[in-house]
Amino acid sequence: MNDKKLIITGVIIFIFILIFPFLYNLGGTTEFIDPVLSEKAKAAKFCVVPKEDMKVEHMQILDVWRDTVVRKGERVYVNSDGKKFTMSLSTGENSCLGCHNNKAEFCDRCHDYASVRPYCWDCHTDPKEIK
Amino acid sequence: MNVNYMLSFIIVLALCLLSYLGGEAPGLRYLFGIAIPYLAIVIFIFGFISRVMGWARSAVPFRIPTTCGQQKSLPWIKPNRIDNPFSKSAVILRMILEIVCFRSLFRNTRMAFKNTKTGMRIAYDWEIFLWVAALAFHYTFLVVLLRHLRFFFDPVPFCIQILEFFDGFLKIEFLSNVIQVGLPGIYISGVILLAAVTFLFLRRIFSPKVRYISLPADFFPLFLIMGIAITGIMMRYFTKVDIVGIKEFTMGLVSFSPALPEGVGGLFYVHIFLVSVLLAYFPSSKLMHLGGIFLSPTRNMTADTRATRHVNPWNHPVKVHTYEQYEDEFREKMIEAGLPVEKKE
Repeated sequence: MNDKKLIITGVIIFIFILIFPFLYNLGGTTEFIDPVLSEKAKAAKFCVVPKEDMKVEHMQILDVWRDTVVRKGERVYVNSDGKKFTMSLSTGENSCLGCHNNKAEFCDRCHDYASVRPYCWDCHTDPKEIK
Repeated sequence: MNVNYMLSFIIVLALCLLSYLGGEAPGLRYLFGIAIPYLAIVIFIFGFISRVMGWARSAVPFRIPTTCGQQKSLPWIKPNRIDNPFSKSAVILRMILEIVCFRSLFRNTRMAFKNTKTGMRIAYDWEIFLWVAALAFHYTFLVVLLRHLRFFFDPVPFCIQILEFFDGFLKIEFLSNVIQVGLPGIYISGVILLAAVTFLFLRRIFSPKVRYISLPADFFPLFLIMGIAITGIMMRYFTKVDIVGIKEFTMGLVSFSPALPEGVGGLFYVHIFLVSVLLAYFPSSKLMHLGGIFLSPTRNMTADTRATRHVNPWNHPVKVHTYEQYEDEFREKMIEAGLPVEKKE
């Protein structure tokens, strides 16, 4: 019966869609290049919190910072070691981007790879990109 | 307490524990992270094909379309083209509505005794919530599935990014000193998926009639999907994982050069193991309605039984002796005996 041809076509299409990611990547994948730590960040040796925590928590830290600065007007962050930091993403040498002065190689590399679009840049700019 | 859902729940819980231990024990990571997922995909593909081809081989001796409307007959009687499809195109339209909108489920009714002025009477109510939950469940599951393609393509295709944009459109955030939710941005599909699957589960628990006809095989996939959704949500919003490390791992899987991620905890292994179990379980379970819906004979056949004869294609040829042949053979004798004949020489 001709239904069989139709069913086989359907199954082939389904299986093709299913294994498409495998077929697409048959030619090998581009290896992920780790984000680069700027010279300044390297020299500083530590961020506001340990690296591993920063890796997974930075977005929340930044968001809490934003609320603290905008709503409470406080600009100083004290970490668990008692060190003080200016809460700012992009303004001045003591801001996040002041130390990590290579947004494209530092922020964007992971974000692009994992398809994350942080809305930081809806309001903020990378000072370097303007110049 | 009901043995049917308790059994399923305990099995899923055991699977979670097993894979958690597997993820935490370095020696078992290869098994749970690489071997089992590959095996699950192979089982899924071959199981799916064999199941559908089994259906394709089975006979369709009769036309059994169900009708919900007037069949095409006399020119002055208005036919219902979709609910009683007469042509192939109408069948296609009916199937699209069935697959995309779950139209049969939309007609779901509930029978119950109702107090009326004339006493207790049986009444049939339109029951839409199952349809709403089913629609929400299936579509959010699809979106979640498509969103996960970001782990299998580099660079991430634009259409996936668009999907992520609209999925995370609401930008729900809740920040306090104790609990912080909302970063990374909340995907509404994940939340609705968990809510819908919970509804579908509670329906089986709280409706006595549905509970009675529910088997472990009904609860098991629900718990499995619940587990997948919960572990996914946990990883994304609460415990947090090294997403770049995981993408490197999934890209390795999909390009057949797998390498285990470092520093990724047991929860990720629970997630990937439950997905593997779901994939491997799929072909032998009720979940095969994914393929089965296309082959539902009450939906995908034209309702033209009075106009066209349906011949079972598996009928072996039967030797027949028609009346015409009979008359040809005995005409002279019939005329002699005075019997009426249709053709007189």
